[in-house]
Amino acid sequence: MTELLSFEKSRQNAHGPRLPEADVESPGPDDVLPRELLRAQPPGLPRLSEPEIMRHYSRLASMNYSISEQFYPLGSCTMKYNPVANEAAAALPGFTDLHPYQDEETVQGALSLMWRLEQALCAVVGVDRVTLQPAAGAHGEWTALRMIQAFHRSRGEARTEVLVPDSAHGTNPASAALSGFRVVEVRSGPDGRISLADLESKLSPRVAALMLTNPNTLGLFEREILDVAEIVHATGAMLYYDGANLNAFMGICRPGDMGFDAVHMNLHKTFTTPHGGGGPGAGPVGVKADLVPFLPTPTVERMNGQLKLDFKRPKSIGRVRSFYGNFGMLVRAYTYIVAMGGDGLTQASLDAVLGANYLRHEVEGLLEMPHEGPCMHEFVASARNLAPRGIKALDVAKGLLERDFYAPTIYFPLVVPEAIMVEPTETESKATLDAFAAAIKEIVRQADESPETLHEAPHGLPVGRLDEVATARHINAYLQGQSEDPILRWKKAP
Amino acid sequence: MLAALGVSSMDDLLIDIPRSLRLSALELPAGLSELETMAQVKSLAARNRVFADRLTFRGGGVYRRFIPAAVAAVTSKPEFYSAYTPYQPEASQGTLQAIYEFQTLIAELTGLDVANASMYDGATAVAEAAMMAHIHTGRNEIVVVGYLHPEYLEVLRAFSEGRGIKVRRGTEPNSKTAAVVFQQPDFLGLLVDAAGLTANAHSLGALAIACVDPISLAIVAPPGEYGADIAAGEGQQLGLSPSYGGPHVGFIACRKDLVRRLPGRLIGSAHDSAGRRGFVLTLTAREQHIRRERASSNICTNHSLCALAASVYMTYMGADGMRQVAEVSFKRAHALAERLAALPGWEMAFPERQFLNEFPIRVPKASAVLRKLARKSILGGLDVHRWFRELKGVLTFACTEVNDARALDELVEALA
Repeated sequence: MTELLSFEKSRQNAHGPRLPEADVESPGPDDVLPRELLRAQPPGLPRLSEPEIMRHYSRLASMNYSISEQFYPLGSCTMKYNPVANEAAAALPGFTDLHPYQDEETVQGALSLMWRLEQALCAVVGVDRVTLQPAAGAHGEWTALRMIQAFHRSRGEARTEVLVPDSAHGTNPASAALSGFRVVEVRSGPDGRISLADLESKLSPRVAALMLTNPNTLGLFEREILDVAEIVHATGAMLYYDGANLNAFMGICRPGDMGFDAVHMNLHKTFTTPHGGGGPGAGPVGVKADLVPFLPTPTVERMNGQLKLDFKRPKSIGRVRSFYGNFGMLVRAYTYIVAMGGDGLTQASLDAVLGANYLRHEVEGLLEMPHEGPCMHEFVASARNLAPRGIKALDVAKGLLERDFYAPTIYFPLVVPEAIMVEPTETESKATLDAFAAAIKEIVRQADESPETLHEAPHGLPVGRLDEVATARHINAYLQGQSEDPILRWKKAP
Repeated sequence: MLAALGVSSMDDLLIDIPRSLRLSALELPAGLSELETMAQVKSLAARNRVFADRLTFRGGGVYRRFIPAAVAAVTSKPEFYSAYTPYQPEASQGTLQAIYEFQTLIAELTGLDVANASMYDGATAVAEAAMMAHIHTGRNEIVVVGYLHPEYLEVLRAFSEGRGIKVRRGTEPNSKTAAVVFQQPDFLGLLVDAAGLTANAHSLGALAIACVDPISLAIVAPPGEYGADIAAGEGQQLGLSPSYGGPHVGFIACRKDLVRRLPGRLIGSAHDSAGRRGFVLTLTAREQHIRRERASSNICTNHSLCALAASVYMTYMGADGMRQVAEVSFKRAHALAERLAALPGWEMAFPERQFLNEFPIRVPKASAVLRKLARKSILGGLDVHRWFRELKGVLTFACTEVNDARALDELVEALA
């Protein structure tokens, strides 16, 4: 099943919506504005009736896999169920209809929600303050690095390097580079954990920070984290925590206690705000006291029983986005935290770790497990054992799609060849995990018996494997003026 | 499950965590039922003062507009909101096609060749556009002309500082300028000479970046018509509620030869072996997960669901519908400006300048005016003196299709 584009369905005689008239005696833009300021050609938007539009989007919706219908074990992405109460809370007119430039005394409920969310996040990760402004995890990382940079500069130190483990998510080195740092890679040891020897060899007075996630992207807890913190701090550098894997240990331990100075969190992972097909997310950053003066403006402060937005922060790194962050996502995360409580969040992490270990156990023997368990909330397997049959991680992923599962993250982390990274999350039952393991078993058998059919997977989806190489080639042709078809957008055939 | 693993307790699975780090409990209250949770959240919502749509005249980058019911009907489908970045295209065609349509809609609206899959907001879209210009020209200076949204300017500065880029406002561009950034209409609502600014930038070898209001593009010349290289802006008016500032959606579109500099996701059309058309993430070699520290942006995902809302809005309204609301807003704002300027002591702050649906007006005692309006349940204009010292006593009033003619009467009567 495929669906025509709205542009292709457009028809000239379709009626647009009925809209109000101005009802005032006043000239229009054509009467007042000089011709050169006016638009010459109307934009080529589609013309469709409401029923046609609703059917169009319903058909598109049916072409998506999602948490609401499928198990979605996308490693590192923490695709857990999005409680519907969160959506109801965020849709309250008392939140949706607030203008960001309303006076503070008229938005005490909103500021109170932000204040309480900040307190709750401080408690979960063990820091002193949190900014809720960053719009996404990568945005939070960059915000944290800018604060660390400002901290060092305030002490007259020009530290120019940031250390990033080789297993890190690509946003880590990108965020560091965009803050003006030189990125230095730290190698993982054979057990998949950061190599203390390699770390020590790369530390110097030039290093501003080490970026680390714990458990790391292999799902392994960095056992020597306290030693790591000690040697990093001894050189005057700071320790930054990538919160991608926070779901592994809420209520069990805290990055702040491990020695991390700055911590970003993904509300769309750990705190169940929906991923939205790729955003909007929210990437708050928590910091210890040393970094508090550098937080983005404004912060929410309590003064004389009222909450205020504080814009007067002379050492602040400034503003990282407009207004106060993705407020609607903050409402959802707050609702989740209130419903779960300290006990519920702890149980969520325990269940996430249990589910991951159980699934790892069920899959072990079918796929390679490059690292010793136990794992935390996710594990990385490798499809290398299927290589003799010509089967790759990609084929396993497509085989899973065919069996009505979304695929795990593949080819990440980069340190594991043919990586298959599985994060089941706490919201999946044993029955679902068993069904997933059974699907892997079937795929492994298929790899043995008829690898060619697995190469052709997935069958029965709206489309089969798409030729991405041809797409890139066609875009090149367009960019070099050899073709009229932009590929990156629909264009009416000449 | 523990039994299957051959362990007796969860502690056996948590052995890698040093004992000294283990918490006894989180310092948070215990969990609540949905009933109690919602009661608590609703009590917070109730502590906010909501001004009626029709009596909201405050803009400054976020506007109350009519949102067709179709928008929420689509974005509340869990198949859209509970999916993730479409890494597996076969199982994500709904999101991919919707975003491909968004890219096309934004390209059409801005009159430029290609748009990306969306940005976080207008501020980061403008900042990323400036970074594109810096990389493209190899120059280290951005010149901001006129009244760019002050928060966009702050974000642009924050983005620039780490990379050693200078942002200047209030000076002429020169041969070291990577880009000239202007807003059309500007933060105060005034129209600028976009074509002239663009031509001047080009004469110096700089790029022209237009920060644009998407609804205005139904009426005024789009960046593509006057030759700007990059258009960036905030899409909140395309079907998204104010929500105390977010989540909204940024957009960015550019000329063909800048496509490889675009940050964020790009969706392209593709075919499978049976010849069926589908859509895929493409040109990913630009992005952080491939280029790592050599990437030009760290943006990973975008604001997909908000982009979907904007797509539904633009498709629902069509070019005629968008023009209609833009015209209604224009006429009402001009009618209101005339009546307000006739009040004793009130005068247009820039009487010689043209505007669309938002305008600056100088008033006696701005804070008293706003208090008086609030007593009548009216959210009055925005006091812009907070950002611009030279604009003491200046309020900007915004009108849209939601401010009916009677609402304008109520506003003027409240001030009489």
